[in-house]
Amino acid sequence: MSGWSVEALGEDALLLRFGDCIEVALNQQVHRLAARIAARRPPWLQDLVPAYATLALFVDRFALPADIDPLQEAERWLRAQAFDVGDVGDVGDAIAIPGRLIEISVRYGGEDGPDLEDVARHAGLSMDEVVVRHCAAEYCVAMLGFAAGFPYLLGLDQALSMERLDTPRTRVAAGSVGIGGAQSGIYPRQGPGGWRIIGRTDLVLFDAVRTPPTLLAPGDRVRFVDDTVTPPATKRAAS
Amino acid sequence: MSVRVLAPGLLTMLQDGGRTGFRHLGVGTSGALDAHSHAIANLLVGNAADDPVLEITLAGPRLRFDRATRIALCGAQIDARVDTQAVQGWRRVDVPAGCELVLGACRRGARAYLAVAGGFAAPIILGSASTDLRAGFGGLRGRMLATGDVLPIIRAARVVAPSVDGIAIATWWIDPAPDVDFNAPKVVRVLSGRDALAPGDALFAESWRVDAASNRQGLRLQGPALSLADVRERISEPVAPGTIQLPADGQPIVLLADAQTHGGYARIGHAIAADRARLAQLRAGDVLRFEPCVPAEARRLAAEQQQRLARIALAIAARAPQLRSVIS
Repeated sequence: MSGWSVEALGEDALLLRFGDCIEVALNQQVHRLAARIAARRPPWLQDLVPAYATLALFVDRFALPADIDPLQEAERWLRAQAFDVGDVGDVGDAIAIPGRLIEISVRYGGEDGPDLEDVARHAGLSMDEVVVRHCAAEYCVAMLGFAAGFPYLLGLDQALSMERLDTPRTRVAAGSVGIGGAQSGIYPRQGPGGWRIIGRTDLVLFDAVRTPPTLLAPGDRVRFVDDTVTPPATKRAAS
Repeated sequence: MSVRVLAPGLLTMLQDGGRTGFRHLGVGTSGALDAHSHAIANLLVGNAADDPVLEITLAGPRLRFDRATRIALCGAQIDARVDTQAVQGWRRVDVPAGCELVLGACRRGARAYLAVAGGFAAPIILGSASTDLRAGFGGLRGRMLATGDVLPIIRAARVVAPSVDGIAIATWWIDPAPDVDFNAPKVVRVLSGRDALAPGDALFAESWRVDAASNRQGLRLQGPALSLADVRERISEPVAPGTIQLPADGQPIVLLADAQTHGGYARIGHAIAADRARLAQLRAGDVLRFEPCVPAEARRLAAEQQQRLARIALAIAARAPQLRSVIS
């Protein structure tokens, strides 16, 4: 077993570590291994949780005999699968990256994207150019977290990168598309938030009674499509 | 049958044994914070240990029962009366049709659990009836109780409470110590986390006061600011109930059942599962200490807690009076 190290996360979870930075290549290793583990899912595996550079395996200790150490058992099982670097690494990339390509229509600027102007000013671009660049990139859903269905999207054009608001908004509308540092994300539900909001989608990112409940899954790829309706008399401009 | 909410209390909601299998979608576990009290309340009324109950926080609701039924209150020591009759926790109470259950302040502890024979009817969403307050689903439309709500009760499948005219309070009760014991020192045992402190034992050298901003997501603690041995920025990684985070202000946060699935703060430890009930019962201003623990010890303590619960289940079953089957 190589390519990752193993840590305990409390009593009930193993944390497999591929690294400790945010990089697309590392994150794709996480998703490749997650897909392989999911395909052979053992009955004690309660949750399989990808993050940027780590993958947690939550073990249902009641699914194992009482005298077995659940984390040792999980580690033993992992080793027995003989996943190797070819399963997760950059070599042998005949293995496709799991995940679908999802298009997300966004209305940029105005009330839907109150921070578009600030992001444009910060980037030294016109607002139109920010939208073009935001839509040109293909993003990877590094993980879903913070809130149910909230995707952390890697792949943002780094010219658009901008730190979060010093003081988070108390209310961000559901479907708001934001920029937080070097990433993009989408708020599934109205609530407080500190990301720079540049637009909004009508797609429902989380609905607990829908199957599956989230629009996106970890490892999916995302493209944004400009769906802004610009009144004929006006045009977005940088200033 | 059903229960009508005449007044909701401070923060009352439906919780069961919690939700697993959806953390990869950002859906946390939710569930009763004090799972031990929750289980005993259910067992006392003949329900399955992880059935939905009402979790009551600090100040309780006023409820009206439309039929005679059997109830049990466990967890925090809470002022309770049925009409004018005071009732106590950790025992069976048979209540008549039309009665009012008036729950007051939690005198000791923070969370009381009300179980009703048959169980509260709530849709199973993503495998659980628990209310997920942060995501806004589960329980009663994803929220806490409000005045005027009507909570349907499942007709008890196995047993029904005697149809009493008055109130019948069992003469025996369950002693939940040491799992719930308000006289015991407030000590929580901790497994090491990924991130070391400087000095390494700083978490154990101090006592910690529970901040009023604590909630079901996390217990916020106040004390001398802690420092990390390595202050580099962290990236978000999976976290879980029990994880002890250290934000930049040096004041630790112990995550509870409504924990987010990922967090970017340093993880300086993990409160062991066997001490979660104790954490759930802490109130703002309470002072606690941490003690170091190792995985084998944590597993032993969790297994012993399970054995105590199994013995309590047997004791309750042995006490079952002549129970009638439901005829429908």
